Amino acid sequence: MEVIDLAWWKLALAALLILALAVTGHVSRLGITRSLLIATTRTIIQLALIGLVLEALFASSAFYWIALLALIMLLVAGREVVARQSRRLRGRWAFGIGTGAMFVSSFTVTVLALTVVIGPEPWYAPQYAIPLLGMMLGNTMTGVSLALDRLNESVWRQQAVVENRLMLGQTWRQALEDIRREAMRSGMMPSINAMAAAGIVSLPGMMTGQILAGSPPAVAVKYQILVMLIITAGTGFGALIAVSWGGRRLFDERQRLRLDRLVKT
Amino acid sequence: MTGLVLENVSVGALREVSLTVPGGQVVCLSGPSGSGKSRLLRALADLEPHGGRIFLKGTNQLDMPAHQWRGRVVMVPADSQWWFDEVGAHFPDKAGQRLPPALGLPPEVMAWSVSRLSSGERQRLALWRALSLEPQALLLDEPTANLDGETTKAIEAWLLGEIRQRQLATLWVAHDPAQIQRVASAHYRIHGARLEPVYGSD
Repeated sequence: MEVIDLAWWKLALAALLILALAVTGHVSRLGITRSLLIATTRTIIQLALIGLVLEALFASSAFYWIALLALIMLLVAGREVVARQSRRLRGRWAFGIGTGAMFVSSFTVTVLALTVVIGPEPWYAPQYAIPLLGMMLGNTMTGVSLALDRLNESVWRQQAVVENRLMLGQTWRQALEDIRREAMRSGMMPSINAMAAAGIVSLPGMMTGQILAGSPPAVAVKYQILVMLIITAGTGFGALIAVSWGGRRLFDERQRLRLDRLVKT
Repeated sequence: MTGLVLENVSVGALREVSLTVPGGQVVCLSGPSGSGKSRLLRALADLEPHGGRIFLKGTNQLDMPAHQWRGRVVMVPADSQWWFDEVGAHFPDKAGQRLPPALGLPPEVMAWSVSRLSSGERQRLALWRALSLEPQALLLDEPTANLDGETTKAIEAWLLGEIRQRQLATLWVAHDPAQIQRVASAHYRIHGARLEPVYGSD
């Protein structure tokens, strides 16, 4: 079964719905018109551009172009992780720890899924590699930024508790135990909730897309299960690495809590 | 060498503080608020970057992992923190059963919820929590600030007894001249960047 292509003018019909919403919002002074229109324009332009990029990439299939796109995706995600923390580590540490954690977890898991589980030829075939990496990075980014945000914010607010625990001879790991647990929970919750609701409350986007594109639901479901599993694993390991590196950086070589290393963004 | 020895310690506004606190004795520290009393205690517990050298029974602070140092030189802050729900969870196993009567608290206190404790009860329990780690030196930041006159004297007497018996080198931040008179074998006042001996200096 061939998928039905959408003509651009048909998308304009859908855009009319947004326009109608914007007009209604404007007339009833809801204050959402401006951000709604900007976000709509952004999504159209960004997706149209990535469409062009992917077309070119699929045509060439050269490894270094795919690697370059993956690198750009990673760096943008790293910037986003920094922006989403209300308190972050000073200097390059915030970017470095977030990006490093995402790199280690999502690249490892994606490469593993490509080579061992899916096995396209070559393993980095962009039709598989780029969408998979995109989903991994998007979710890992959320997990890592939530975990780091919670870590830094909790340490900031519970300075007295952490220091009192240090005064009683606890190591920095022991003094940070509860906060680390909270941070991990906060980073993992979206993935765990998504897995719990999948198929009952929500039909995940990737599976929906595949079914629309003509895949038999049985195949689409298997891909969706694979993606959910690797997303959760990637997010979990990403958050684990970020919390462990970030926590270490909050203490110095004498295990003193160093809140001067945090800045408010 | 015995006790706690400070050599040219600098932290915050304080410069080049040298001081010896012998084991089993109390050295009191007073001064206006904001003069750096608590910061000096924090430096001694190695919670704050500082200059100079600090020794416990001849061992340099830097020659010991920081958490081991803090397990021997235990600081009790002015407002103690409690992070578990139950009081007893903050104590090593047997410390709950050996609760000293001088604290004026029933043995059941270990099963209480922390939110039920008054600030005075927290303060007394924080002292016992520090002592139950069997430290070699104590850093007390206004340990009786939330206690009434009667209880203050009882706690002082109990603390002095423990300090003498366990030979603890104790640095005690205090405001009340009468209390300093009662507990201190030496008393220093912070004046600008220096410690000035009030009495009992060597």
